[in-house]
Amino acid sequence: MTEIDETAYRARQKSRARALAIVLGGLVLLFYAISIAKLVINR
Amino acid sequence: MTTTASTLQLPADWRDFIALTKPRVMTLVVFSGVCGLVASGSAMHPVLAFASILAIAMGAGGAAALNQWYESDLDAKMLRTANRPIPAGRMDRQSALHFGVGISVASVILMELVSNWLATGLLAGSILYYVLIYTVWLKRRTPQNIVIGGAAGAFPPVIGWVAASGDITLLPFLMFALIFLWTPPHSWALALFTKTDYAAAGVPMMPVAAGERSARSQILIYTLAMAVVAVLPWSLGLAGPLYGWTAAILSVAFVVLSAQVARRSSDDAMREEKQLFIFSMSYLFVLFGALALDRVMAL
Repeated sequence: MTEIDETAYRARQKSRARALAIVLGGLVLLFYAISIAKLVINR
Repeated sequence: MTTTASTLQLPADWRDFIALTKPRVMTLVVFSGVCGLVASGSAMHPVLAFASILAIAMGAGGAAALNQWYESDLDAKMLRTANRPIPAGRMDRQSALHFGVGISVASVILMELVSNWLATGLLAGSILYYVLIYTVWLKRRTPQNIVIGGAAGAFPPVIGWVAASGDITLLPFLMFALIFLWTPPHSWALALFTKTDYAAAGVPMMPVAAGERSARSQILIYTLAMAVVAVLPWSLGLAGPLYGWTAAILSVAFVVLSAQVARRSSDDAMREEKQLFIFSMSYLFVLFGALALDRVMAL
């Protein structure tokens, strides 16, 4: 792998990891909000 | 890093995964789902309502990804679709399959968590219908592909309604029928000006398989049926004058544009066909928006 290839590969991996982190963080918030909403409804 | 130059392939960019979900189609899916949910008039916790719509969007995105996974050979042959992630070589088919199955399953689980079994079943059914009935079975086999397969795109307002209310009444059924009858004129207007694309890929769209004359006549027939269904909610007292007048005026315009397309024979510009295609999208957005607004005002 040339240096340019490796740089592009790493950059792509980094950008995918960042996107996945945002999605997972969003899911954590969503499930937290759903839990609270269900608690409020069932109270 | 042990990967060699010969085996190196850049992993797909996250934007390609977004492209796989057909975001432009999804805007209409999400909007009609929201309108169905609002039009039901049922009180739903905003967080659960948001999650229900997110589940509908994820389901539509998953179905679109599986559609692109299955149809990558066709997409490669058509100018309009050749730059999609798989045919353009930016993503391997297996990634698309995993992504499609993953978010489809996740969408069904999410819907079950936040709404009810009926909405969950409808969402699962609509994904399976789009992938198995439309994509795998009908698309390459019959010019009726978009007529029967169009039902898949008609589910979102019903799912939104059921997620909020838990039952199906006449109005969501009419919303379903409206999209069902809207799909053939919308899709065949597009197929008329991308006919060579479909012919090159061997997809038997109506203008390719039955000829332009037949497709143009059928566009008008379906539009007339759609216009009748569009004003039914008003005639049956299920919606008020805001919706009624919007439906009447827009449907007359739709019929006029379809009649123009039906009268014409082919030319290179296809101005009227493009006009009808663009108008048809605005038609559904405005009509569903008016219905939701009308029902909210009546509460």
